[in-house]
Amino acid sequence: MASVITTPEKELKVVGTSPVRPDGVPKVTGTAQYGADFTLPGMLWGKILRSPHAHARIRSIDTSKAEKLKGVKAVMTSKDLPDQKFEYVGPERVAVNFWHMTRNIMAREKVLYEGHALAAVAATTPAIAEEALKLIEVDYEVLPHVIDVDEAMKPDAPLLHEDMITRGIEPAPTKPSNISKKIEYKMGDIDAGFASADKIVEMSFRTAPVHQGYIEPHACLARTDADGQAEVWVSTQGHFVVRTMVCKLLSMRTGDLRVHAAEIGGAFGGKTVVYVEPVAVVLARKSGHPVKIMMSREEVFRGTGPTSGASMKIKIGVTREGKIVAADALYKYQAGAFPGSPVMNGCMCGFAPYDIPNQRTLGYDVVCNRPKSVAYRAPGSPISAFAVESTLDACAKKIGMDPIQLRIKNAAKPGTPLVYGEKINHAGFAETLQALYKHPAWLKPLGKNQGRGMACGYWFNGGGESSATVHVNEDGTAVVATGSPDIGGSRASMAQMAAETLGIAYEAVRPIIADTNSVGYTQATGGSRVTYATGRAVIDACKKVINEMCARAAKIWKIDVTDVIWEDGAARPAGARAGEFPPMTFKEIASKRTATGGPIVAASALNAGGQGPGFAAQFADVEVDTETGQVKILRYVAAQDAGRAIHPKYVEGQIQGGVVQGIGWALNEEYIYNKEGKLDNPGFLDYRIPVASDLPMIDTIIVEVPNPNHPFGVKGVAEANIVPPMAAIANAINNAIGRRLTELPMSPPKVLAAIDAGAK
Amino acid sequence: MAKVHVEATLNGNAVEFLCETRQTLLQVLRDELHLTGTKEGCATGDCGACSVTVDGRLMCSCLVLGAEVQGKTVQTIEGMADGEKLHPLQQKFLEHAALQCGICTPGVLVAAKSLLERNLNPTEEEVRYWLAGNLCRCTGYNKIIEAVLDAASEMRRS
Repeated sequence: MASVITTPEKELKVVGTSPVRPDGVPKVTGTAQYGADFTLPGMLWGKILRSPHAHARIRSIDTSKAEKLKGVKAVMTSKDLPDQKFEYVGPERVAVNFWHMTRNIMAREKVLYEGHALAAVAATTPAIAEEALKLIEVDYEVLPHVIDVDEAMKPDAPLLHEDMITRGIEPAPTKPSNISKKIEYKMGDIDAGFASADKIVEMSFRTAPVHQGYIEPHACLARTDADGQAEVWVSTQGHFVVRTMVCKLLSMRTGDLRVHAAEIGGAFGGKTVVYVEPVAVVLARKSGHPVKIMMSREEVFRGTGPTSGASMKIKIGVTREGKIVAADALYKYQAGAFPGSPVMNGCMCGFAPYDIPNQRTLGYDVVCNRPKSVAYRAPGSPISAFAVESTLDACAKKIGMDPIQLRIKNAAKPGTPLVYGEKINHAGFAETLQALYKHPAWLKPLGKNQGRGMACGYWFNGGGESSATVHVNEDGTAVVATGSPDIGGSRASMAQMAAETLGIAYEAVRPIIADTNSVGYTQATGGSRVTYATGRAVIDACKKVINEMCARAAKIWKIDVTDVIWEDGAARPAGARAGEFPPMTFKEIASKRTATGGPIVAASALNAGGQGPGFAAQFADVEVDTETGQVKILRYVAAQDAGRAIHPKYVEGQIQGGVVQGIGWALNEEYIYNKEGKLDNPGFLDYRIPVASDLPMIDTIIVEVPNPNHPFGVKGVAEANIVPPMAAIANAINNAIGRRLTELPMSPPKVLAAIDAGAK
Repeated sequence: MAKVHVEATLNGNAVEFLCETRQTLLQVLRDELHLTGTKEGCATGDCGACSVTVDGRLMCSCLVLGAEVQGKTVQTIEGMADGEKLHPLQQKFLEHAALQCGICTPGVLVAAKSLLERNLNPTEEEVRYWLAGNLCRCTGYNKIIEAVLDAASEMRRS
């Protein structure tokens, strides 16, 4: 790891170190409890029946034979879920429509993809539950289906939702289609911009849907009480999200559902929605027993995720001197069976890293007979970046400019307008590019069939609603409770920020994730928001604790609280009373709590704005085997602005993990559908995520341009890193063999075909 | 169908259990013996999250039937530490931040231990190929490889 720090280091003792995570020992000894690891007495096993067809009308479902099977305690269908109002709720970028959601949980009128759930059973053993599913009789009217996004947009395509009118067009179209939404952003004068360009590059691209690929399948355990209360243990990025969604889907009172966040075995956006949770609650309610549901890997592939595949067109105009003067984008994203691809993010992020005076971006959200798309790490941005960053690489070649220098010349700065009407609010991008350019390997020569390529990535990063409670214990330790499920080590960073603020040892802080009824509302762990927003709540609660500690010391010393200050983890008399009493430590004050006013507890709840955006810049060295078409990654260097790295090893880990997911996206991963619209590769053997022997070490450069809106300067770090790899690798392949690949994944058959087709 | 009675040695202790003939060793460990440290990621032998050793051989417990371990010796993640004393691999995984979500960690640790029992001085490439059957989606494998190499180095010294 290399570090680039743009401001002098403050006197920090805990922040910026890499201690062992507080939840580490349970995870290396096998005692940590994930979603599937919970059990209750009398527990039943739930299993879900899924559609074998890509598109069919459900004429009838007969569950009577399944209900009669010995050991079956409950059977459910969509009839057990109240219908929902058709409306989009929440900010447009992440809007939710519960009418769609309830139909994704359990199909009603139609099944819209192979793997679409339509009934569920709970039985005394998994084997009996499986047997019962086979006894459910469904009468289907099979309908024509459509998988591809360009096909789905054609006027004569089979319609998934027969009354769907495209949103975002004025006046609204009169004819229904599979296009759920149109988005258009404009800035400057696009025609004049292209007229002033010396060189114009126009290219088309396609990407395949890819799955988040978390190793832990979805799993939960639910129990209910006769008075309407319920409890759920679940692997999720947001247990408050689960509570909100399940209560809405089942018409429950929010306070009646208590959700516990289990340890979570990876998610990357894929566990921000519900699938099995409402089903388990309904089955528990109907059977009167606790119910556990674990998805199989095949169900995960057929019924959850992925992110969108897309069809795109990019046109960029540059001057000879390397100024980007005009940029035009068209993005068509697959939403899957229900509206809601991340195309809006793609539109917003594509050109965001650059200062381009004249821009236009057009996006379409398109439904097709695939599982409903779900967030995947920087949702939407890697897709548009593949297209934009590949096109920019071609621009740099046309004018004979170093691709990093082209980007430095056009890098967005604070105040640079964004096509969606806002302005870049933070520095960091130019610094990240400079750091990458200075890497000793950037100008190092390569051998035959080897090539180097670079690309950049932008992500908004997140703020939002977070809560934290700090409990001071009588021995001078503290429990820090938050509502943010910990996926990649956030308990460590919460403990570090608390220890730093309170002035106590890291080991004296015990961070926990409290259930939904034990801490304030907290949005999901997603959008690279936790260390920033939940971190701010933790720091704020710790500051309240310090104020209380000072008040207790003032009481003991019988002086005015305004004459007490907090320094190095101890209260000290100050001002006119300075030096009158020896400092009183956190531990001493904690031990005197009963006599000074009782328990010392502070909570903080906030809706954090002011997050700094994430910038990543990376380069890859590849070697192409011209006989097999296989691409080997020889070297990978990834620079990213972290604001400040609270726990540098976990920041490196985020960068390395994001890059490797991007390498999988670039080279191997894709959903393969057959003519019947059925997925042919629903397993890890044929849906090939990167394995250890595929990869070199990933070299990281942590750039630190602190965010002034966070006490320690944090920006999010989890997502921007997955944005550049696809284009970086495509650009590297282009430099290795003189062929421009414009379709993902760049798997051996595609690379060979490109070699055979000759230079482009 | 009647259940099968099985006697085996599990993490050094004699165990006996009843299982259905169709139950895998993974299901027996998790659902009958309540040792949930061994994880199910795929149940088809592709991800390695359920790695255990049977008579010293590394295998995916999802591909072995519970009834097959009659008379055999099974080691799982729960048997890796010596009481509260962690195995050097476990300690190095913590120090190197070699886990993020941790779901693959038990399987990776069991597999890595199996490697070091055979070769206490592996190269990076040998570690990468030995662990190629253990999928990790979080870390990009960097810190896992570093932790295994560091643990091997420490074990060679002691």
